[in-house]
Amino acid sequence: MIISVASGKGGTGKTLVATSLALSLKDSHKVVILDCDVEEPNDHILLKPVITGNEPVNIQVPAVDEKKCNYCGKCAKVCAYHAIAVLGEHVLTFPQLCHGCGTCGYLCPEKAISEAPRQTGVVEWGHSDGVGFVRGVLTIGEAMAPPVIRKVKEHANGIGIVIRDIPPGTSCPVVEAVKGSDFCILVTEPTPFGLNDLALAVETVRKLGIPCGVVLNRAGVGDAGVEDYCRKENIPILLTIPLDTEIARLYSRGVALVEGMPQWQGRFCQLFNAIKEIVDERNRGIKR
Amino acid sequence: MKEIVVLSGKGGTGKTSIVGSLAALAERKVLADCDVDASDLHLLLKPSVKQDNEFWSGQVAHIDPDKCTQCGLCQELCRFHAIKEFKVDAVSCEGCGFCSHICPVEAITMKENLAGHLFVSETRYGPLVHARLGIAQENSGKLVAQVRQRARQIAQEQNLDYIISDGPPGTGCPVISSLSGASLALLVTEPTLSGMHDLERVLDVCRHFGVPAMVCINKYDINEENTEEIECYCSTGGVAVAARIPFDNIVTEALIQRVPVVEYSDGKVSREIRALWREISNVLEETKQRV
Repeated sequence: MIISVASGKGGTGKTLVATSLALSLKDSHKVVILDCDVEEPNDHILLKPVITGNEPVNIQVPAVDEKKCNYCGKCAKVCAYHAIAVLGEHVLTFPQLCHGCGTCGYLCPEKAISEAPRQTGVVEWGHSDGVGFVRGVLTIGEAMAPPVIRKVKEHANGIGIVIRDIPPGTSCPVVEAVKGSDFCILVTEPTPFGLNDLALAVETVRKLGIPCGVVLNRAGVGDAGVEDYCRKENIPILLTIPLDTEIARLYSRGVALVEGMPQWQGRFCQLFNAIKEIVDERNRGIKR
Repeated sequence: MKEIVVLSGKGGTGKTSIVGSLAALAERKVLADCDVDASDLHLLLKPSVKQDNEFWSGQVAHIDPDKCTQCGLCQELCRFHAIKEFKVDAVSCEGCGFCSHICPVEAITMKENLAGHLFVSETRYGPLVHARLGIAQENSGKLVAQVRQRARQIAQEQNLDYIISDGPPGTGCPVISSLSGASLALLVTEPTLSGMHDLERVLDVCRHFGVPAMVCINKYDINEENTEEIECYCSTGGVAVAARIPFDNIVTEALIQRVPVVEYSDGKVSREIRALWREISNVLEETKQRV
Protein backbone atom coordinates (compact mmCIF):
# COMPACT_ATOMS: atom_id res chain seq x y z
CA MET A 1 0.00 0.00 0.00
CA ILE A 2 1.25 3.46 -0.92
CA ILE A 3 0.36 6.31 1.44
CA SER A 4 1.28 9.89 0.52
CA VAL A 5 1.61 12.65 3.09
CA ALA A 6 0.85 16.01 1.47
CA SER A 7 -0.47 19.39 2.57
CA GLY A 8 -0.75 22.26 0.08
CA LYS A 9 0.65 24.67 2.65
CA GLY A 10 4.24 24.19 3.71
CA GLY A 11 5.33 23.69 7.28
CA THR A 12 2.16 22.06 8.54
CA GLY A 13 3.89 18.88 9.70
CA LYS A 14 4.18 16.53 6.71
CA THR A 15 7.63 15.35 7.70
CA LEU A 16 6.59 14.88 11.32
CA VAL A 17 3.61 12.74 10.29
CA ALA A 18 5.45 10.75 7.59
CA THR A 19 8.38 9.84 9.82
CA SER A 20 6.29 8.97 12.89
CA LEU A 21 3.91 6.88 10.80
CA ALA A 22 6.85 4.94 9.33
CA LEU A 23 8.46 4.38 12.73
CA SER A 24 5.17 3.28 14.31
CA LEU A 25 4.58 0.61 11.69
CA LYS A 26 8.08 -0.80 11.30
CA ASP A 27 7.67 -3.55 13.92
CA SER A 28 4.56 -4.97 12.30
CA HIS A 29 5.19 -4.29 8.60
CA LYS A 30 7.87 -3.85 6.03
CA VAL A 31 8.01 -0.06 5.65
CA VAL A 32 9.87 2.20 3.28
CA ILE A 33 9.78 5.99 3.35
CA LEU A 34 10.31 8.00 0.16
CA ASP A 35 11.27 11.63 0.60
CA CYS A 36 9.74 13.12 -2.55
CA ASP A 37 10.28 16.71 -1.39
CA VAL A 38 13.43 16.84 -3.48
CA GLU A 39 13.76 20.62 -3.29
CA GLU A 40 13.93 20.57 0.50
CA PRO A 41 14.16 16.98 1.76
CA ASN A 42 14.03 16.71 5.55
CA ASP A 43 13.15 13.11 6.45
CA HIS A 44 16.82 12.22 6.87
CA ILE A 45 17.10 14.79 9.66
CA LEU A 46 14.58 12.88 11.76
CA LEU A 47 15.44 9.34 10.65
CA LYS A 48 19.25 9.64 10.43
CA PRO A 49 19.48 6.81 7.92
CA VAL A 50 22.54 4.83 6.94
CA ILE A 51 22.96 5.55 3.23
CA THR A 52 24.02 2.46 1.32
CA GLY A 53 23.78 3.61 -2.29
CA ASN A 54 23.07 6.43 -4.66
CA GLU A 55 22.63 7.12 -8.32
CA PRO A 56 22.59 10.33 -10.33
CA VAL A 57 19.36 11.56 -11.90
CA ASN A 58 19.92 12.58 -15.47
CA ILE A 59 17.72 14.03 -18.11
CA GLN A 60 18.59 13.32 -21.71
CA VAL A 61 19.46 16.51 -23.55
CA PRO A 62 20.35 16.87 -27.22
CA ALA A 63 23.92 16.60 -28.40
CA VAL A 64 24.25 17.87 -31.95
CA ASP A 65 26.84 16.49 -34.34
CA GLU A 66 27.51 19.57 -36.45
CA LYS A 67 29.29 17.46 -39.04
CA LYS A 68 25.98 15.83 -39.92
CA CYS A 69 23.77 18.88 -39.33
CA ASN A 70 22.63 20.83 -42.38
CA TYR A 71 20.97 23.58 -40.27
CA CYS A 72 17.50 22.86 -41.61
CA GLY A 73 15.95 24.12 -38.37
CA LYS A 74 13.52 21.23 -37.89
CA CYS A 75 14.69 20.64 -34.30
CA ALA A 76 14.08 24.24 -33.28
CA LYS A 77 10.68 24.19 -34.93
CA VAL A 78 9.47 21.11 -33.07
CA CYS A 79 10.93 21.90 -29.63
CA ALA A 80 8.09 23.06 -27.36
CA TYR A 81 10.48 24.48 -24.78
CA HIS A 82 12.75 26.66 -26.97
CA ALA A 83 15.66 24.55 -25.79
CA ILE A 84 17.33 24.33 -29.19
CA ALA A 85 17.85 27.07 -31.78
CA VAL A 86 19.46 27.27 -35.20
CA LEU A 87 21.07 30.58 -36.06
CA GLY A 88 22.66 30.61 -39.49
CA GLU A 89 25.24 27.84 -39.36
CA HIS A 90 25.12 27.37 -35.61
CA VAL A 91 22.99 25.15 -33.41
CA LEU A 92 22.54 26.39 -29.87
CA THR A 93 21.13 24.19 -27.14
CA PHE A 94 19.79 25.40 -23.80
CA PRO A 95 20.04 22.31 -21.62
CA GLN A 96 18.35 24.01 -18.64
CA LEU A 97 15.18 24.48 -20.68
CA CYS A 98 15.16 20.94 -22.07
CA HIS A 99 12.56 18.52 -20.68
CA GLY A 100 14.23 15.52 -22.29
CA CYS A 101 11.23 14.59 -24.43
CA GLY A 102 13.40 13.30 -27.30
CA THR A 103 11.40 14.95 -30.08
CA CYS A 104 14.32 16.77 -31.75
CA GLY A 105 16.53 13.71 -32.00
CA TYR A 106 13.81 11.48 -33.35
CA LEU A 107 12.70 13.95 -36.00
CA CYS A 108 16.11 15.19 -37.17
CA PRO A 109 16.21 14.29 -40.89
CA GLU A 110 20.01 13.99 -40.84
CA LYS A 111 20.15 11.94 -37.62
CA ALA A 112 22.56 14.56 -36.33
CA ILE A 113 21.14 14.66 -32.80
CA SER A 114 22.01 12.10 -30.20
CA GLU A 115 21.38 12.43 -26.49
CA ALA A 116 23.69 13.08 -23.60
CA PRO A 117 22.86 12.84 -19.92
CA ARG A 118 22.71 16.02 -17.85
CA GLN A 119 22.60 15.52 -14.11
CA THR A 120 19.87 17.43 -12.28
CA GLY A 121 19.89 15.61 -8.98
CA VAL A 122 20.66 12.46 -7.08
CA VAL A 123 18.73 9.62 -5.47
CA GLU A 124 20.08 8.03 -2.28
CA TRP A 125 18.86 4.99 -0.40
CA GLY A 126 19.55 3.15 2.79
CA HIS A 127 17.78 2.26 5.99
CA SER A 128 17.09 3.63 9.42
CA ASP A 129 16.42 1.29 12.30
CA GLY A 130 14.29 -1.10 10.28
CA VAL A 131 12.69 1.48 8.00
CA GLY A 132 13.74 1.53 4.35
CA PHE A 133 14.76 4.98 3.22
CA VAL A 134 14.94 6.67 -0.20
CA ARG A 135 15.33 10.35 -0.94
CA GLY A 136 15.94 12.56 -3.93
CA VAL A 137 17.89 15.81 -3.93
CA LEU A 138 17.46 18.38 -6.69
CA THR A 139 20.74 20.12 -7.55
CA ILE A 140 20.88 23.78 -6.45
CA GLY A 141 19.93 26.07 -9.33
CA GLU A 142 17.95 23.35 -11.13
CA ALA A 143 14.30 24.12 -11.83
CA MET A 144 12.70 20.78 -12.64
CA ALA A 145 11.87 18.57 -9.69
CA PRO A 146 9.59 15.97 -11.40
CA PRO A 147 12.36 13.88 -13.04
CA VAL A 148 14.06 13.48 -9.64
CA ILE A 149 10.75 12.59 -7.99
CA ARG A 150 10.04 10.00 -10.71
CA LYS A 151 13.36 8.35 -9.95
CA VAL A 152 12.69 8.28 -6.20
CA LYS A 153 9.37 6.53 -6.82
CA GLU A 154 11.05 3.87 -8.96
CA HIS A 155 13.04 2.77 -5.93
CA ALA A 156 10.04 1.41 -4.05
CA ASN A 157 9.38 -2.13 -5.19
CA GLY A 158 5.79 -2.29 -4.04
CA ILE A 159 6.29 -4.66 -1.14
CA GLY A 160 4.82 -3.69 2.23
CA ILE A 161 3.94 -0.12 3.09
CA VAL A 162 5.37 2.79 1.14
CA ILE A 163 5.12 6.24 2.73
CA ARG A 164 5.79 9.18 0.45
CA ASP A 165 6.62 12.60 1.90
CA ILE A 166 5.25 15.06 -0.68
CA PRO A 167 6.46 18.62 -1.40
CA PRO A 168 4.14 21.54 -0.57
CA GLY A 169 1.99 23.17 -3.26
CA THR A 170 -0.44 21.87 -5.87
CA SER A 171 1.50 21.96 -9.16
CA CYS A 172 3.56 19.48 -11.17
CA PRO A 173 5.98 18.25 -8.45
CA VAL A 174 3.05 17.46 -6.14
CA VAL A 175 1.14 15.67 -8.87
CA GLU A 176 4.20 13.63 -9.85
CA ALA A 177 4.83 12.67 -6.22
CA VAL A 178 1.24 11.75 -5.30
CA LYS A 179 0.32 9.96 -8.53
CA GLY A 180 -0.19 6.24 -8.02
CA SER A 181 -0.87 6.41 -4.27
CA ASP A 182 -3.62 4.39 -2.64
CA PHE A 183 -4.32 7.11 -0.10
CA CYS A 184 -3.24 10.65 0.63
CA ILE A 185 -2.98 12.10 4.13
CA LEU A 186 -3.39 15.88 4.07
CA VAL A 187 -1.73 17.59 7.01
CA THR A 188 -3.09 21.01 7.89
CA GLU A 189 -3.40 23.52 10.70
CA PRO A 190 -6.53 25.31 11.94
CA THR A 191 -5.83 28.73 10.39
CA PRO A 192 -7.19 30.56 7.34
CA PHE A 193 -3.92 29.77 5.50
CA GLY A 194 -4.16 26.11 6.45
CA LEU A 195 -7.77 25.93 5.31
CA ASN A 196 -7.20 27.75 2.02
CA ASP A 197 -4.33 25.48 1.05
CA LEU A 198 -6.10 22.33 2.31
CA ALA A 199 -8.98 23.05 -0.05
CA LEU A 200 -6.50 23.33 -2.94
CA ALA A 201 -4.80 20.10 -1.93
CA VAL A 202 -8.16 18.31 -1.73
CA GLU A 203 -8.96 19.45 -5.28
CA THR A 204 -5.59 18.14 -6.44
CA VAL A 205 -5.98 14.65 -4.95
CA ARG A 206 -9.58 14.44 -6.14
CA LYS A 207 -8.45 15.28 -9.65
CA LEU A 208 -6.08 12.32 -9.36
CA GLY A 209 -8.87 10.11 -7.99
CA ILE A 210 -7.07 9.34 -4.73
CA PRO A 211 -9.00 9.11 -1.45
CA CYS A 212 -7.83 11.44 1.31
CA GLY A 213 -8.14 12.17 5.01
CA VAL A 214 -6.90 14.97 7.22
CA VAL A 215 -4.39 15.16 10.05
CA LEU A 216 -5.03 18.36 11.97
CA ASN A 217 -1.80 19.63 13.48
CA ARG A 218 -1.27 22.41 16.06
CA ALA A 219 -4.88 22.14 17.17
CA GLY A 220 -5.87 24.46 20.00
CA VAL A 221 -5.08 27.87 18.63
CA GLY A 222 -6.81 28.94 15.49
CA ASP A 223 -10.42 28.61 14.43
CA ALA A 224 -12.95 25.97 13.45
CA GLY A 225 -12.69 26.60 9.70
CA VAL A 226 -10.87 23.38 8.86
CA GLU A 227 -13.25 21.20 10.86
CA ASP A 228 -16.29 22.87 9.28
CA TYR A 229 -14.80 22.39 5.85
CA CYS A 230 -14.02 18.69 6.46
CA ARG A 231 -17.55 18.08 7.72
CA LYS A 232 -19.06 19.80 4.69
CA GLU A 233 -16.78 17.98 2.24
CA ASN A 234 -17.14 14.66 4.03
CA ILE A 235 -13.41 14.28 4.62
CA PRO A 236 -12.46 12.33 7.75
CA ILE A 237 -10.17 13.93 10.32
CA LEU A 238 -8.03 10.90 11.12
CA LEU A 239 -5.72 12.34 13.76
CA THR A 240 -5.45 15.55 15.76
CA ILE A 241 -2.10 16.72 17.14
CA PRO A 242 -2.27 19.59 19.63
CA LEU A 243 -0.15 22.74 19.62
CA ASP A 244 2.41 21.70 22.19
CA THR A 245 5.76 23.34 22.82
CA GLU A 246 7.27 19.95 23.74
CA ILE A 247 6.35 18.56 20.30
CA ALA A 248 7.79 21.67 18.64
CA ARG A 249 11.01 21.36 20.65
CA LEU A 250 11.47 17.70 19.75
CA TYR A 251 11.02 18.55 16.09
CA SER A 252 13.45 21.47 16.31
CA ARG A 253 16.10 19.05 17.59
CA GLY A 254 15.38 16.53 14.85
CA VAL A 255 13.73 13.95 17.13
CA ALA A 256 10.80 12.07 15.62
CA LEU A 257 7.58 12.51 17.61
CA VAL A 258 7.09 8.80 18.40
CA GLU A 259 10.67 8.56 19.61
CA GLY A 260 10.50 11.55 21.91
CA MET A 261 6.95 10.76 23.04
CA PRO A 262 6.37 7.01 22.55
CA GLN A 263 2.78 7.34 23.77
CA TRP A 264 1.99 8.64 20.25
CA GLN A 265 2.83 5.35 18.60
CA GLY A 266 -0.59 3.86 19.31
CA ARG A 267 -2.30 6.82 17.71
CA PHE A 268 -0.20 6.53 14.56
CA CYS A 269 -1.07 2.82 14.37
CA GLN A 270 -4.74 3.78 14.65
CA LEU A 271 -4.20 6.31 11.89
CA PHE A 272 -2.85 3.53 9.70
CA ASN A 273 -5.73 1.19 10.57
CA ALA A 274 -8.25 3.89 9.66
CA ILE A 275 -6.50 4.42 6.31
CA LYS A 276 -6.34 0.68 5.65
CA GLU A 277 -10.06 0.38 6.26
CA ILE A 278 -10.82 3.19 3.79
CA VAL A 279 -8.52 1.71 1.14
CA ASP A 280 -9.84 -1.85 1.61
CA GLU A 281 -13.42 -0.64 1.48
CA ARG A 282 -12.69 1.26 -1.71
CA ASN A 283 -10.96 -1.72 -3.34
CA ARG A 284 -13.93 -3.94 -2.51
CA GLY A 285 -16.18 -1.32 -4.10
CA ILE A 286 -14.08 -1.31 -7.26
CA LYS A 287 -14.03 -5.10 -7.49
CA ARG A 288 -17.78 -5.24 -7.14
CA MET B 1 12.78 50.82 -7.51
CA LYS B 2 13.82 47.91 -5.31
CA GLU B 3 12.43 44.42 -5.36
CA ILE B 4 12.42 42.39 -2.15
CA VAL B 5 11.48 38.74 -2.38
CA VAL B 6 10.68 36.76 0.75
CA LEU B 7 11.76 33.11 0.62
CA SER B 8 12.44 30.35 3.11
CA GLY B 9 13.17 26.98 1.53
CA LYS B 10 11.06 25.27 4.15
CA GLY B 11 7.35 26.07 4.07
CA GLY B 12 5.40 27.45 7.00
CA THR B 13 8.19 29.50 8.53
CA GLY B 14 6.10 32.69 8.39
CA LYS B 15 6.78 34.25 4.96
CA THR B 16 3.23 35.39 4.31
CA SER B 17 2.64 36.72 7.84
CA ILE B 18 5.81 38.79 7.52
CA VAL B 19 4.97 40.04 4.03
CA GLY B 20 1.52 41.04 5.33
CA SER B 21 3.17 43.13 8.01
CA LEU B 22 5.69 44.64 5.61
CA ALA B 23 2.71 45.61 3.45
CA ALA B 24 1.39 47.61 6.37
CA LEU B 25 4.77 49.19 7.16
CA ALA B 26 6.31 50.03 3.79
CA GLU B 27 5.16 53.04 1.83
CA ARG B 28 5.02 53.53 -1.92
CA LYS B 29 5.08 49.86 -2.88
CA VAL B 30 3.36 47.24 -4.93
CA LEU B 31 2.81 43.78 -3.49
CA ALA B 32 3.27 40.57 -5.44
CA ASP B 33 2.27 37.06 -4.43
CA CYS B 34 4.68 34.74 -6.22
CA ASP B 35 3.42 31.60 -4.47
CA VAL B 36 1.06 30.86 -7.32
CA ASP B 37 0.39 27.24 -6.32
CA ALA B 38 -0.94 27.96 -2.86
CA SER B 39 -1.18 31.70 -2.51
CA ASP B 40 -2.33 33.03 0.85
CA LEU B 41 -1.39 36.72 0.94
CA HIS B 42 -4.84 37.72 -0.30
CA LEU B 43 -6.33 36.28 2.90
CA LEU B 44 -4.51 38.96 4.89
CA LEU B 45 -4.76 41.87 2.48
CA LYS B 46 -8.39 41.39 1.42
CA PRO B 47 -7.97 42.63 -2.15
CA SER B 48 -10.70 43.83 -4.46
CA VAL B 49 -9.89 42.43 -7.88
CA LYS B 50 -9.63 45.06 -10.63
CA GLN B 51 -8.31 42.90 -13.45
CA ASP B 52 -8.61 39.18 -14.04
CA ASN B 53 -6.47 37.88 -16.91
CA GLU B 54 -6.44 34.33 -18.15
CA PHE B 55 -3.05 32.62 -18.13
CA TRP B 56 -2.76 30.35 -21.14
CA SER B 57 0.34 28.26 -21.06
CA GLY B 58 1.60 25.00 -22.37
CA GLN B 59 -0.31 22.56 -24.49
CA VAL B 60 -1.98 19.22 -24.00
CA ALA B 61 -2.15 16.48 -26.60
CA HIS B 62 -5.54 15.36 -27.82
CA ILE B 63 -6.16 12.15 -29.79
CA ASP B 64 -9.03 12.10 -32.25
CA PRO B 65 -10.51 8.61 -31.73
CA ASP B 66 -12.06 8.65 -35.21
CA LYS B 67 -8.70 9.06 -36.88
CA CYS B 68 -6.61 6.95 -34.49
CA THR B 69 -5.66 3.53 -35.90
CA GLN B 70 -4.35 2.37 -32.51
CA CYS B 71 -0.90 1.68 -33.89
CA GLY B 72 0.59 2.48 -30.48
CA LEU B 73 3.59 4.51 -31.69
CA CYS B 74 2.71 7.54 -29.54
CA GLN B 75 2.39 5.37 -26.47
CA GLU B 76 5.75 3.79 -27.15
CA LEU B 77 7.59 7.08 -27.69
CA CYS B 78 6.05 9.28 -24.98
CA ARG B 79 8.66 9.60 -22.25
CA PHE B 80 6.18 10.90 -19.71
CA HIS B 81 3.93 7.82 -19.87
CA ALA B 82 1.06 10.19 -20.64
CA ILE B 83 -0.70 7.99 -23.20
CA LYS B 84 -2.49 4.87 -22.12
CA GLU B 85 -4.93 2.86 -24.18
CA PHE B 86 -4.86 5.53 -26.89
CA LYS B 87 -6.00 8.24 -24.51
CA VAL B 88 -3.99 11.16 -23.17
CA ASP B 89 -3.68 11.62 -19.43
CA ALA B 90 -3.76 15.43 -19.36
CA VAL B 91 -2.12 15.55 -15.94
CA SER B 92 0.94 13.59 -17.10
CA CYS B 93 1.23 15.27 -20.51
CA GLU B 94 4.20 17.66 -20.60
CA GLY B 95 3.03 19.32 -23.79
CA CYS B 96 6.16 18.46 -25.76
CA GLY B 97 4.17 17.58 -28.87
CA PHE B 98 6.31 14.53 -29.76
CA CYS B 99 3.19 12.41 -30.31
CA SER B 100 1.56 14.98 -32.57
CA HIS B 101 4.64 15.08 -34.82
CA ILE B 102 5.03 11.33 -35.19
CA CYS B 103 1.43 10.13 -35.47
CA PRO B 104 1.31 8.48 -38.92
CA VAL B 105 -2.35 9.42 -39.45
CA GLU B 106 -2.22 12.89 -37.87
CA ALA B 107 -4.78 11.99 -35.25
CA ILE B 108 -3.08 14.00 -32.53
CA THR B 109 -3.38 17.75 -32.12
CA MET B 110 -1.99 19.97 -29.41
CA LYS B 111 -4.54 22.13 -27.63
CA GLU B 112 -3.81 25.33 -25.75
CA ASN B 113 -4.21 25.00 -22.04
CA LEU B 114 -5.82 27.48 -19.64
CA ALA B 115 -3.35 27.11 -16.80
CA GLY B 116 -4.54 29.79 -14.39
CA HIS B 117 -5.46 33.39 -13.74
CA LEU B 118 -3.49 36.52 -12.99
CA PHE B 119 -5.11 39.24 -10.93
CA VAL B 120 -4.37 42.89 -10.33
CA SER B 121 -6.12 44.10 -7.21
CA GLU B 122 -6.43 47.07 -4.93
CA THR B 123 -5.87 46.67 -1.21
CA ARG B 124 -5.81 49.21 1.58
CA TYR B 125 -2.03 48.80 1.47
CA GLY B 126 -1.68 49.54 -2.23
CA PRO B 127 -1.82 47.48 -5.42
CA LEU B 128 -1.41 43.68 -5.27
CA VAL B 129 -0.55 41.39 -8.17
CA HIS B 130 -1.49 37.78 -7.48
CA ALA B 131 -2.33 34.65 -9.39
CA ARG B 132 -3.98 31.31 -9.20
CA LEU B 133 -2.35 28.42 -10.99
CA GLY B 134 -4.95 25.83 -11.99
CA ILE B 135 -4.97 22.62 -9.97
CA ALA B 136 -2.26 20.18 -11.03
CA GLN B 137 -0.89 22.55 -13.69
CA GLU B 138 2.64 23.07 -14.92
CA ASN B 139 4.54 26.23 -15.72
CA SER B 140 4.28 27.85 -12.32
CA GLY B 141 7.61 29.55 -13.11
CA LYS B 142 6.12 31.27 -16.16
CA LEU B 143 3.14 32.51 -14.16
CA VAL B 144 5.49 33.82 -11.46
CA ALA B 145 7.44 35.66 -14.15
CA GLN B 146 4.20 37.28 -15.33
CA VAL B 147 3.27 38.30 -11.78
CA ARG B 148 6.65 39.98 -11.36
CA GLN B 149 6.50 41.64 -14.75
CA ARG B 150 3.07 43.10 -14.01
CA ALA B 151 4.22 44.29 -10.57
CA ARG B 152 7.26 45.97 -12.10
CA GLN B 153 5.05 47.68 -14.67
CA ILE B 154 2.76 49.03 -11.93
CA ALA B 155 5.75 50.21 -9.90
CA GLN B 156 7.06 52.09 -12.93
CA GLU B 157 3.71 53.60 -13.90
CA GLN B 158 3.02 54.81 -10.38
CA ASN B 159 6.64 55.65 -9.65
CA LEU B 160 6.73 53.40 -6.57
CA ASP B 161 9.83 52.66 -4.50
CA TYR B 162 9.37 48.97 -3.68
CA ILE B 163 8.09 45.68 -4.95
CA ILE B 164 7.56 43.32 -2.03
CA SER B 165 6.92 39.75 -3.07
CA ASP B 166 5.86 36.70 -1.15
CA GLY B 167 7.77 33.76 -2.58
CA PRO B 168 7.04 30.03 -2.76
CA PRO B 169 8.73 27.35 -0.64
CA GLY B 170 11.39 25.05 -2.11
CA THR B 171 14.33 25.73 -4.41
CA GLY B 172 12.95 24.75 -7.83
CA CYS B 173 11.23 26.35 -10.79
CA PRO B 174 8.92 28.94 -9.13
CA VAL B 175 11.61 29.92 -6.60
CA ILE B 176 14.17 30.53 -9.32
CA SER B 177 11.58 32.49 -11.24
CA SER B 178 10.75 34.64 -8.16
CA LEU B 179 14.36 35.30 -7.34
CA SER B 180 16.39 36.03 -10.44
CA GLY B 181 17.24 39.71 -10.72
CA ALA B 182 15.64 40.78 -7.41
CA SER B 183 17.40 43.44 -5.29
CA LEU B 184 17.25 41.49 -2.04
CA ALA B 185 16.07 38.11 -0.77
CA LEU B 186 14.73 38.07 2.77
CA LEU B 187 15.03 34.48 4.00
CA VAL B 188 12.67 33.60 6.81
CA THR B 189 13.82 30.61 8.80
CA GLU B 190 13.06 28.91 12.10
CA PRO B 191 15.45 27.31 14.58
CA THR B 192 14.58 23.71 13.71
CA LEU B 193 17.06 21.37 12.06
CA SER B 194 14.76 21.22 9.02
CA GLY B 195 14.50 25.00 8.86
CA MET B 196 18.29 25.32 9.06
CA HIS B 197 18.93 22.65 6.43
CA ASP B 198 16.46 24.32 4.06
CA LEU B 199 17.88 27.79 4.75
CA GLU B 200 21.32 26.61 3.68
CA ARG B 201 19.93 25.29 0.41
CA VAL B 202 17.92 28.40 -0.42
CA LEU B 203 20.90 30.58 0.49
CA ASP B 204 22.93 28.58 -2.03
CA VAL B 205 20.24 29.29 -4.62
CA CYS B 206 20.55 33.04 -3.85
CA ARG B 207 24.32 32.82 -4.30
CA HIS B 208 23.90 30.82 -7.49
CA PHE B 209 21.79 33.62 -8.97
CA GLY B 210 23.81 36.44 -7.40
CA VAL B 211 21.01 37.91 -5.29
CA PRO B 212 22.06 39.39 -1.92
CA ALA B 213 20.29 37.79 1.02
CA MET B 214 19.32 38.70 4.56
CA VAL B 215 17.98 36.33 7.19
CA CYS B 216 15.12 36.65 9.67
CA ILE B 217 14.85 34.00 12.40
CA ASN B 218 11.20 33.45 13.26
CA LYS B 219 10.10 31.77 16.51
CA TYR B 220 13.73 32.11 17.58
CA ASP B 221 12.97 31.09 21.16
CA ILE B 222 11.63 27.59 20.42
CA ASN B 223 15.28 26.49 20.33
CA GLU B 224 17.81 29.16 21.27
CA GLU B 225 20.78 26.86 20.74
CA ASN B 226 19.76 26.39 17.13
CA THR B 227 19.19 30.14 16.82
CA GLU B 228 22.77 30.71 17.89
CA GLU B 229 23.93 28.17 15.37
CA ILE B 230 22.02 29.95 12.58
CA GLU B 231 23.57 33.27 13.60
CA CYS B 232 27.00 31.71 13.61
CA TYR B 233 26.42 30.13 10.22
CA CYS B 234 25.17 33.43 8.78
CA SER B 235 28.03 35.51 10.15
CA THR B 236 30.57 33.02 8.76
CA GLY B 237 28.89 33.29 5.38
CA GLY B 238 28.69 37.08 5.53
CA VAL B 239 24.90 37.15 5.66
CA ALA B 240 23.17 39.59 8.04
CA VAL B 241 20.56 38.35 10.50
CA ALA B 242 18.14 41.25 10.40
CA ALA B 243 15.62 40.14 13.02
CA ARG B 244 14.81 37.57 15.66
CA ILE B 245 11.10 37.23 16.13
CA PRO B 246 9.83 35.38 19.23
CA PHE B 247 7.17 32.68 19.14
CA ASP B 248 3.81 34.15 20.13
CA ASN B 249 0.25 32.93 19.56
CA ILE B 250 -0.60 36.55 18.77
CA VAL B 251 0.56 35.85 15.19
CA THR B 252 -2.09 33.15 14.80
CA GLU B 253 -4.70 35.34 16.51
CA ALA B 254 -4.00 38.17 14.06
CA LEU B 255 -4.21 35.70 11.19
CA ILE B 256 -7.61 34.46 12.38
CA GLN B 257 -8.76 38.10 12.39
CA ARG B 258 -7.12 38.42 8.95
CA VAL B 259 -5.06 41.46 9.89
CA PRO B 260 -1.28 41.91 9.62
CA VAL B 261 0.16 41.29 13.07
CA VAL B 262 1.75 44.77 13.27
CA GLU B 263 -1.74 46.25 13.07
CA TYR B 264 -3.15 43.80 15.60
CA SER B 265 -0.68 44.16 18.44
CA ASP B 266 2.15 46.35 19.66
CA GLY B 267 3.96 43.49 21.37
CA LYS B 268 7.42 42.09 20.85
CA VAL B 269 6.63 40.40 17.56
CA SER B 270 5.40 43.65 16.03
CA ARG B 271 8.32 45.64 17.38
CA GLU B 272 10.75 43.16 15.88
CA ILE B 273 9.03 43.24 12.47
CA ARG B 274 9.12 47.05 12.51
CA ALA B 275 12.85 46.90 13.22
CA LEU B 276 13.21 44.36 10.40
CA TRP B 277 11.62 46.74 7.93
CA ARG B 278 13.86 49.62 9.08
CA GLU B 279 16.86 47.36 8.57
CA ILE B 280 15.75 46.28 5.08
CA SER B 281 15.06 49.83 3.94
CA ASN B 282 18.40 51.02 5.33
CA VAL B 283 20.29 48.30 3.50
CA LEU B 284 18.48 49.06 0.26
CA GLU B 285 19.10 52.80 0.73
CA GLU B 286 22.83 52.14 1.22
CA THR B 287 23.09 50.04 -1.92
CA LYS B 288 21.27 52.79 -3.83
CA GLN B 289 23.78 55.40 -2.63
CA ARG B 290 26.69 53.15 -3.50
CA VAL B 291 25.36 52.83 -7.02
